[in-house]
Formats: sequence, structure tokens, C-alpha cells
Amino acid sequence: MPGMRLIGRRPGIFAAVIAALLLTALAACTPDHNQSTFDTRGPVAESQLQLFYWIFWAAVFVFVVVEGILLYAVIRYRRKPGDPDPKQTHGHTPLEIAWTLAPAVVLAVVAVPTVATIFDNETSPHPPEEGGMVIEVVGHQWWWEFNYAHPDNPDEKLVTSNELHIPVDTVVNLTLDSEDVLHSFWIPKIAGKVDLVPNSLNKMWIEAEETGHYYGQCAEFCGVAHAHMRFDVIVHTREEFDAWLRHEASPGFVSTEPLAAQGRELFEGSAGCFACHSITGSSRSRGDRGPNLTHVASRGRLGAGIMDNTQANLRLWLENPDEAKPGNIMATEAPVYTDPTKKLTEPEVSALVAYLRSLK
Amino acid sequence: MTTLARVFPSRPVHPTGVWSWITTIDHKRIGILYGVTAFIMFLTGGLEALYIRLQLALPNQDFVTPEVYNQLFTMHGTTMIFLAIMPMGAAFFNFVIPLQIGARDVAFPRLNAFSYWTFLAGALMLKLSWFMGGAPNAGWFGYAPITGAAYNPGQGIDFWILSLQILGVASLAAAFNFIVTIVNMRAPGLSLMRLPLFTWMTLVTSILLVLAFPVITVALIELMFDRFFGTNFFVPTAGANPLLWQHLFWIFGHPEVYILILPAMGIVSEIVPTFSKKPLFGYPVVVLSGVIIGFMGWMVWSHHMFTVGLGPIANSVFALTTMAIAVPTGVKIFNWIGTIWGGSVSMKTPMLFSVGFVALFIVGGLSGVMHSSAASDAQQQDTYFIIAHIHYVLFGGSIVALLAGVYYWFPKVTGRMMDETVGKINFWLMFIGMNIAFFPMHFLGLDGMPRRIVTYDSDMGWNLWNMVSSIGALLVGLSVLVFMINVILSYRRGEVAGADPWDARTLEWSIPSPPPEYNFAQIPTVHDRDAFWAQKREGVRAVPVAGGSEEHDVHLPQPSYWPFVVSAGILIAGYGLIYLGNNNPIAIAVAAIGTFIAMFAVYAWSFEPVNDPDEDAGH
Repeated sequence: MPGMRLIGRRPGIFAAVIAALLLTALAACTPDHNQSTFDTRGPVAESQLQLFYWIFWAAVFVFVVVEGILLYAVIRYRRKPGDPDPKQTHGHTPLEIAWTLAPAVVLAVVAVPTVATIFDNETSPHPPEEGGMVIEVVGHQWWWEFNYAHPDNPDEKLVTSNELHIPVDTVVNLTLDSEDVLHSFWIPKIAGKVDLVPNSLNKMWIEAEETGHYYGQCAEFCGVAHAHMRFDVIVHTREEFDAWLRHEASPGFVSTEPLAAQGRELFEGSAGCFACHSITGSSRSRGDRGPNLTHVASRGRLGAGIMDNTQANLRLWLENPDEAKPGNIMATEAPVYTDPTKKLTEPEVSALVAYLRSLK
Repeated sequence: MTTLARVFPSRPVHPTGVWSWITTIDHKRIGILYGVTAFIMFLTGGLEALYIRLQLALPNQDFVTPEVYNQLFTMHGTTMIFLAIMPMGAAFFNFVIPLQIGARDVAFPRLNAFSYWTFLAGALMLKLSWFMGGAPNAGWFGYAPITGAAYNPGQGIDFWILSLQILGVASLAAAFNFIVTIVNMRAPGLSLMRLPLFTWMTLVTSILLVLAFPVITVALIELMFDRFFGTNFFVPTAGANPLLWQHLFWIFGHPEVYILILPAMGIVSEIVPTFSKKPLFGYPVVVLSGVIIGFMGWMVWSHHMFTVGLGPIANSVFALTTMAIAVPTGVKIFNWIGTIWGGSVSMKTPMLFSVGFVALFIVGGLSGVMHSSAASDAQQQDTYFIIAHIHYVLFGGSIVALLAGVYYWFPKVTGRMMDETVGKINFWLMFIGMNIAFFPMHFLGLDGMPRRIVTYDSDMGWNLWNMVSSIGALLVGLSVLVFMINVILSYRRGEVAGADPWDARTLEWSIPSPPPEYNFAQIPTVHDRDAFWAQKREGVRAVPVAGGSEEHDVHLPQPSYWPFVVSAGILIAGYGLIYLGNNNPIAIAVAAIGTFIAMFAVYAWSFEPVNDPDEDAGH
């Protein structure tokens, strides 16, 4: 093995290779990435990261020791020409007991904090029974529904989609359910994932320690647009959050612009949008197959976190949803996209864009 | 009985040519058939992987559509596990086990042929789905309910279900065959605690197969009934809890992981002692740890389900059992190192691959321990970190060890050596390529990249490592090409090997390369663990000196058409079933004809006449 000979003769090169690899590894785990699990902003993700570091360094220790011994043995005991048969040793009982126990000890070191963290993360510090905040998360192919308690009438639900708003430094209890297939709810910087399983309600709790924008993504394969089932998390100060919630509870359509009004007529009429989308304040738009659009214009992104909420993107979405998000259900089921005779005309698209952009 | 036997044609006698391969029941030829077929399947699975890496090399690409991408990763996983690694293991079981235990064939030679042809039927059914309306698209573990008719109306899932069922039949038949062979056909004196490690691990693997496959069979039948006949085992809208599928799948699936890795460990346990010129260190412990791994493999399935909401108690229990399984695994690694320690180590290609296996398997084992920590795993589950882990254990582990096995036993199979220099190029290309391909996936996973996404935005920070990984994948592809060149050139004009080119320790090396059809002119008598080594070094003779007339006395099982015909019937019936969904009369007819062919062939098989005049006279 030429490589081995090289290592044997030039330990400097070997050390340089190891150093380069370690540097690569450090550079690899850059926390500024959108979904880096190293850049934690909440206690759940932080406890998971600390546990990971603990196990990681235990693993590095085992890796260096075992690979080191393996490499040493292979180099040290290489056959030289004319070597006689080595001593035919069959085993060494104390040694074998030792190396059975040693991994067990390392594993115990890993096991204890593991079990502790499992129970910690399972138990909400401020559960709903004690008045903790609850948000219902419902997964759909391929978007997210978030249901809040109405600020004025706690029995009523306040429905929004694809943008989760939460107050900072507050324990938020989530219930996780799915309308169709499996999904998985994951905000890497705030908490590890929990799956959404139809007929099997799950729960988790999260807390964000810093205001700002975070990225979430469906982590369980859910079909053709799985890669495009993302969401945004906006962490507000308490005051901002209360204001947001109050705004969400208000009717969406307040515009007096004629084009927007025309768009509304289309939405609630010939375009058929109302059959799948709800808009609070409209008596006709009550569908729940697609996302609730009451305040869609105030959201940052479209199509479940896949593109910025600009006029051009909204137009693209309405003109050719299958190009914007291949396989999405609006493109495959809505008559305006499946039936060529009902195809939206250019003025109709403009009116719908105006209407949707007015839903601030 | 005799008259009835006359109804069916007599046994085929084709010493050479295509018919000799179709009718063969010689375990060595069947082993070669398994090996070649599995390698071709490995190439198709590799091609699928290259498409995946091409699509992911850059952000926001649409080199393949999302639907095709989903088919690609489903087919890549299913192919590599069921059509490549498992049958490559079966290739070695077939060729090596009877030779290692001093037998002339397996216990049921015709059943052995049937296993191969049925495996081929299942493989064809799965792979041809690409050209028959679309491949399966729900991932290799086919989680409900996305496999249900409501979310997956196409026929891909039907191909997946039926091909896995057919492959299950092949695997079960082979597993029973090898259990009986290893238990009953050992040479005199070859007690269980003298068995070569590869034979031992094959025994454990076969027992796992027999116990694990019925579980997936049940799950697949339920899914098939859901899709074909409107039952509701996995239909949430009718009240089903889709976690049932996950439990059933992983109760099969986790033992399956050990079905893939134990033969690899067995191969390495043969090669390391041979090239260290020392007996396997701590033989009883290595055997026992293999058995314990096989046993504990049944207690860890829910570690695939840490994020489905089983609760803290279940998650803790499965975290602890999973960690515990690292102990016997670690013991094996230490014993391999113990074998090398103090040995006289020759770094020929088989040994190079074996040491590479140990080095890579350690990485996969350690990331496995990371996943076992359920709380921390919540960040890793369903990300590229898992993809990194599975490829370190199944590529760095199984595939590298299987290639070690090819380099090791190729001289026995063909009578010629594989080229050392090309072998070493092969190894280093593969070793470096696979680390470049799979190590960055750890970073991607921890950076939040979920698995099974067709593309990603350029602002996620995943661009660099995806590109690096794709380059690594190309290097792995190149190394496989080098391997093929080595096999072809060595087969044509490799150095003539002789019976024992490695100065090896087990019985297969005591007979000529390639072995005669009857393997052993006279059945050996075993007095020691490394029987052939003891014979060479200590003069404890195991293999009788070849005399003049043994060949005349050897009774060998005779070739047969029927295993092939049964398997063909199963394949035809399978295609009928696929199109049964809408009560298509042609489909019903095809299913019926296939079933009839299979049944008739089983009947014919039972009454097949024997060509041997001595036998005939006995009736």
C-alpha cells in the first residue's frame, strides 16, 4: 500500500492532512446558514446541540483512538520478505473483557444526558393546562396551516398559513396534525423536528430567544412538491405580536380600488378561487382545501416559503402555478388551470393580482 | 410413480452453453449468476445515484422533474438494498459456503436454482417499471399513506409491492437452504465452533432473513389489498393510523440492515486472518457478537421513528437498546485489530479493502451512535446526516467488504488472479471518492438540508458541499469502472492462481481453482478450526490425498428445467396481478396462466425423473 508507506515515512504530511480535514470540518459547520443547527436561538435546539457536541467529542475520541490503533497495527506489523509465521495467538481474555467494557462506559457517558434531554424536551415548561399559549399546526400537501386562538374570542380559531408568528421569550405549545400524508415540522434554529401524522396528534413546545426571521421546512417526504413545502417563522416582541394577532383578526379586504374590487368578484365568482381559499370577512370565500389568504399581502413569501411576495411572483403564480411550484394541487385541480376553456385571461390575472395585493 | 415420472421430460444434460446455465443446479454456477446479476443491478443503482448527484450538484436545477427525482431515489435505495447488496451476499453464500464446509453442494440444489431465478424475476419486475409507466416514487421504505391509492394512483407502487414480494420468496427459499446446508452438510469434525466466520455469519443472516421477511410480506399484502381491493389498513381517512406501516416496516427493516452487514463482517473475518497469517483473534467472541447483533437487531426498530411521537419512554428505551448494539459491534472491530496486531500483514488488495472496510465502518458506527441519541437525532432525522450514515455503513461497510470478497475469492472462482496494481488504484479511487461523496453530507445535514428534496435555493449555504459530493460520486463511479476493467482483463489473462494463492486457512483453498464440479474428490475430515492451515503447517491432514477413481463414485445432483419454469410462472403471474386493479380480463388471464405455469412446474419438479440408472433401478 503506497499510501501507508508515505504516512509511515513522512508523519509531517500525515499531520498536515489531518489538520486540513479538521479545518474543513470547522469551516463546514458555519452557523450563518439559514437552517444551520449550530446557530440555535431557542432552548430546545440549544439542548439538542449541547447533546450533539457531547456525543460528537466522545465520537472524535473513539475515532482517533480506534483508527489510530488500526493504522498503527497495519503499518507496524507489515510483512517483510522472509518473515516467519507470526505466533498463532487465539485470544486474550482480560483484553477482550476490557474492550467489551470500554465501549459500554463510553456509551453510558452518552446515554445519561440523552435520556435527560429526551424528557426535558418532551415536557413543556408552560403547558396549555397552566395557560400556556397554543398554536395548532396542520400539514397539507404542500403548505402549512397555523391556527391561533382568536384574541377576542378564545373559542374561535384564527387561521393563517405558511408564516408562523410567535412572541419572543415565550413558551409556545404546538399541536401537530396532518390533513393528508406524513409531514415533519422543523425549524432548525429553534427546535428539532416532530412529524405530522394523520390520525395521531403530536405535540411539541418551542421557544425563541431572539426576534427575527427563521426558516422552517418539511422534513418528511410528502410527495412531488416536498422540497417546496417550506415556511417562515417571524419572532416578534410581545407588543408586535399582539398587534399582529389583532390585525390578523381584522377583515382582509378594505381596499376601495376598482381593479381590486373586480378581482374580488372574480375570486368569489367565475375564477372559483373561493371554493378552496378562505378570506375572513367574505361570506363566500370559505374553502379550506388551500391556504387561508385573509392577509396574504402582508406575508413575506408565497407558495409555502418558496419565493418573495412580489407583484411579479404573484403574477407568475397565478399565470402558471405548475412552473412556480411543480405538482401543486391548485395547478392540478383548479378548473382555471385544468380546463383550457376556463383559462384566466390577462385582465383577469391583473384583477386577481390587484385583489390579492390589497389583502394587507 | 415411475410411470408418472415418464410423463415429464427427462433431466437436461447440457454441459456447456446457455442451457447449461439455465438448467444448472451447481452452487458454484448459481453463485456466479447471482454475482453477475447483482453487479449489473449495482450498476443500474449507481446510475440512478449519479442522476441524483447531477441534479443536486447545483442549486435550483431542473435536470430531472420532481416526479422523476422521487422515482430515482426510491429506485436507488430499493435497488442497492434488495437487488445489489443482498444478492451479492447470496453470491458468496452460494459459491463459498459448500466449499468452506466440505460439501459437494447445498442441501436443496434445485431450490437454490429457484432462488436465483426468482430473484431475477423480482429484479426484472422492479427495474422494468422504468419503462412501463413509471417507477415507484415513495422512498425505499414506502411510508403510508403516500403509497395509498389516494395519493399515488400510478402503477409504480404496485411494481414495488410485487417485486418485493417476489424477491422475498427468493430470499426465504435461499435462507432455508443455507440454514439446512450449514446445519446438516458440514464435513465430519467440522463442529459449529470450528466453522469459518463467513459461514457463521451466513447462518445468522439466513436466520434473520427467515424471521424478518414474513413481517414485510404481511405489510406488503396489507398494502396490496388497500390498493387493489379497497381495504383500509393504511388509509387515514378511514381511521387507520399510518404508524402501523412504520412499525411493520422497521421490524423487518432493522434486521434487514444486519442482513446487509453481517455477511460483510464475515468476509472481512476471513480475509484479515489470512493476510495477517494469524487465526482470528477471540474467535468465540466474534461469533457470539455476531449472534448477539442478530438478536439485538430486533430490539431497536423504533430508532427509525424517534420523531413520530412515540413519547419519551419509548424513545429512551430504543435509544438505550440502540447504543447497546454498539458494544458487540465494537468488539468485532477490536478483534479484527487484535488479529492484525502481532501478525505478518500483507497489504494485498483484498486486505486493503478489508482494512478500508474497518476504517469506514467505524465512521458509520459512530454516526450511528449519534443518531441513537433520540433528542439529538431530532435535528438529524430525515436530513443528509442520515444519508451520510447509511452510506458509510452500506457503501463503506457492505460494498467495500463485498469487493474485498471479490478480490479474495476471484482466483478460486476463475483460477486467475486479479491484477494487484489495478486493484490498488481501484481501492484508493473508491476510498477517496466515497469520502468526498459522503463525508460532506454530514455537514449538509447539520446545516439543515432535508433528504429527498429535488432541489434547493442558492441562499441556503448548501452549494459548496453538494458540488463536492457530486464530484466524489463521479470518482466512485470511476472506481467502479476500474473494478470492471480489472475483472474483465484478469478473467481473460490474469496470472494463473493455483489452489491456494493467499496461503489461506479454510477448506475452499485445499481444492483446485476453479474447483471441479464435485468440489471435493473425497469429503474431508476436520480436526481443527483453521483446517487447511493446520494441514499445511502442522500436518493435521483434513483433505484426503486425491486418488484415482473417486470421480466415478461421486453422486452429483442433476440439472433441471423446472426451477427456471416456476420462476418464470411467478413473473408472469406478477405482471398479471399488477394490472388486476380494474378487473381487466386480460390481466386476470395472465395472472391465471402464470400461476398455472408455476404450479405445473412445481408438480413436474416433484416427479422429475432421475437420469442415474442406478437410482432408477431402485424403483
